[in-house]
Amino acid sequence: MSESITSVQHQSFYNVRPGFINWITSTDHKRIGLLYFYSISIFFFVGVVLGVLMRLELLNPGKDIMEAQTYNGIFTLHGVIMIFLFIIPGVPAVFGNFVMPLIIGAKDVSFPRINLLSWYLYVIGALFALSTLVFGDGIPDTGWTFYAPYSVKTGTNVTLAVLAAFILGFSSILTGLNFIVTIHRLRAPGMTWFKMPLFAWSLYATAWIQLLATPVIGITLLMIVAERTLGIGLFDPALGGDPILYQHLFWIYSHPAVYIMVLPAMGVVSEIIPVFSRRRIYGYKAIAFSSLAIAFVGYFVWGHHMFTSGMSGPARIIFSILTFLVAIPSGVKIFNWVATLYKGSITINPPMLYILAFIFQFMIGGLTGLVLGALATDVHVHDTYFVVAHFHYVMFGGTGFAFFGALHYWFPKIWGRMVNQKKATIAFYFMFVGFNTLYFPLFIAGMAGMPRRYYDYLPQFHNYNIISTVGSWILFVGFLFMIYNLLQSARNGEKASGNPYRALSLEWQTDSPPTVENFDKIPVVTEGPYEYKD
Amino acid sequence: MSATTAIHDEHRDDFGAKMGMWLFLFTELLLFGGLFLVYTIYRFLNPEDFAHGGHELNLFVGTVNTVVLLTSSMTVAVSISAIQKGNKKLALSMLWVTIAAALVFMVNKYFEWGHKFEIGLYPGGDLFATLPPAERLFFLLYYFMTGLHGLHVIIGAILILFVIREINKGIIQHDNFAFHENAGLYWHLVDLIWIYLFPLMYLIH
Repeated sequence: MSESITSVQHQSFYNVRPGFINWITSTDHKRIGLLYFYSISIFFFVGVVLGVLMRLELLNPGKDIMEAQTYNGIFTLHGVIMIFLFIIPGVPAVFGNFVMPLIIGAKDVSFPRINLLSWYLYVIGALFALSTLVFGDGIPDTGWTFYAPYSVKTGTNVTLAVLAAFILGFSSILTGLNFIVTIHRLRAPGMTWFKMPLFAWSLYATAWIQLLATPVIGITLLMIVAERTLGIGLFDPALGGDPILYQHLFWIYSHPAVYIMVLPAMGVVSEIIPVFSRRRIYGYKAIAFSSLAIAFVGYFVWGHHMFTSGMSGPARIIFSILTFLVAIPSGVKIFNWVATLYKGSITINPPMLYILAFIFQFMIGGLTGLVLGALATDVHVHDTYFVVAHFHYVMFGGTGFAFFGALHYWFPKIWGRMVNQKKATIAFYFMFVGFNTLYFPLFIAGMAGMPRRYYDYLPQFHNYNIISTVGSWILFVGFLFMIYNLLQSARNGEKASGNPYRALSLEWQTDSPPTVENFDKIPVVTEGPYEYKD
Repeated sequence: MSATTAIHDEHRDDFGAKMGMWLFLFTELLLFGGLFLVYTIYRFLNPEDFAHGGHELNLFVGTVNTVVLLTSSMTVAVSISAIQKGNKKLALSMLWVTIAAALVFMVNKYFEWGHKFEIGLYPGGDLFATLPPAERLFFLLYYFMTGLHGLHVIIGAILILFVIREINKGIIQHDNFAFHENAGLYWHLVDLIWIYLFPLMYLIH
């Protein structure tokens, strides 16, 4: 190691080689995590605004603020942005990159340059996705699933959006590959697999899904591009293709992908709960293995998206049974978290509030998932707002809230300052109330038969939509206030010590913000990360 | 645990690098896996049209390419053994043979595709338009799969050129050959996929 590195070792990673160019060419996992954070935040904000516009349009039946075709484009872009640009990379690319090497006591990931490459791919893919707003013949109007044959026939800018998803897939694969090798090779001495924090376990399980599922969507999307540009019927029935085959290929990736979205969030929950309950996590191994079980079983359930697409009876029954199996490891986690809280010395603060909201909302989302996994009820609520509500409860109420929880929890470590607790709590309650006001009525509307993705609706659904749209305003206000508070805290907050929560995991055993090489001396691990004794 | 825990002060981790390569190869297999799946299903649905499409392909060129590619996989393996034993000259010559094989493969491919384009057997061509839909599917999959494979041949050859450069620079040596091995693994993948593509496209009737 050269002398120049040794001399800067004790400085914060912000102070060494500052400047924009040095940031975007940095292979430091902390900087890449932050590059991801800032870019993801921008796209997330765009997605949120599109969502608020959709809700505004649905305030009254008929036209409020936009034309039907614009609405189709906006819900497609909202889906593409939120899925591919926010929720899939969200927790792993931001907190996985920033925290994971710290939490396993490493100096960086195994392949730092590939890590930077994955961020560039992310940005290129994101620009492709956003450029559909400006270029070509209109925003794609297929929904984020790009179902054939419509996606092959529509005149809108589907090719660009599909290429965006393809590039983003590669970014995701490279992150997963990097994490698997890092977790295998770079754990601190003494950190055996079962002394590894559960956040790392969840990223490990996620990384395998990223690696093994994403290539399938990659090639499927390339086939859509080929079909659109060459005019051949791979999936178009008029030309001899089979549109159901597209649905199979799409969901072979996209169902495991929902576990890419939620598993890292579950890892965040497993980190935060023991710290603020001052208790050893209940059932460590059960939580670790349930992540792997979700990753594994999650491959075999994609058919439940296609119960009404004309699959054979036995196939539907098998997919339904397998879907119920996935609920078991998820349930194991919920019970373990609640058991950890039991008789704990619980501190209620913003990160903990977001995590408790995660448990509450994820349970509603998960249990309604079983309604969708059961054949008979699915046929009734398929393609209604019930699905929309379920999905948002799991993804936004679950992963989204865990993302905000992680942001508040690791904020002192990342920016070196404490979050203003009072303002953060107010923002949280706005978001919690707003979220549930926004999405809960949609369950009922869906049960009553309101179809999803429609521009217009029948007058009997009017009340649900009014409540829901008002909820979106409350949520949006809370969201803006949260951003304001975080920006304020990053600038003026109280300086954070290395370990403000008295947590035991390794990322807290160094400065806040961490030094360039994370640790002055690589720590030696002798006991598990949750051995709280007070 | 010492066996699985890397030494942190040293940036080099050959085992990790190789592990990363294997994981990447899995993703490549799955990428082609999607195409193999589509091929299987459409072949199952339209066995006759697919068989007819297969007859149209030039079995001789396909066979020559198979032999060329299999041989090149061997030469790469020999070059790795040679560098491990410190025989730089043999390693380099074997790698050049591999590059030559890649060139032969691509030139053959060029003539094979070129001929089809001449007779209008391509998406948008005259002969192509007269084919039944399922046979068009066969040719689309043929172009798509062998095209993607050809792209991999080019990437693999470029990787091997880099290996040659690093051997010449003295970076790859008898005790530092992880990159060489990884490039070799990639080349074997190119070979492996062709081993499945060849019978599926040319041989099954």
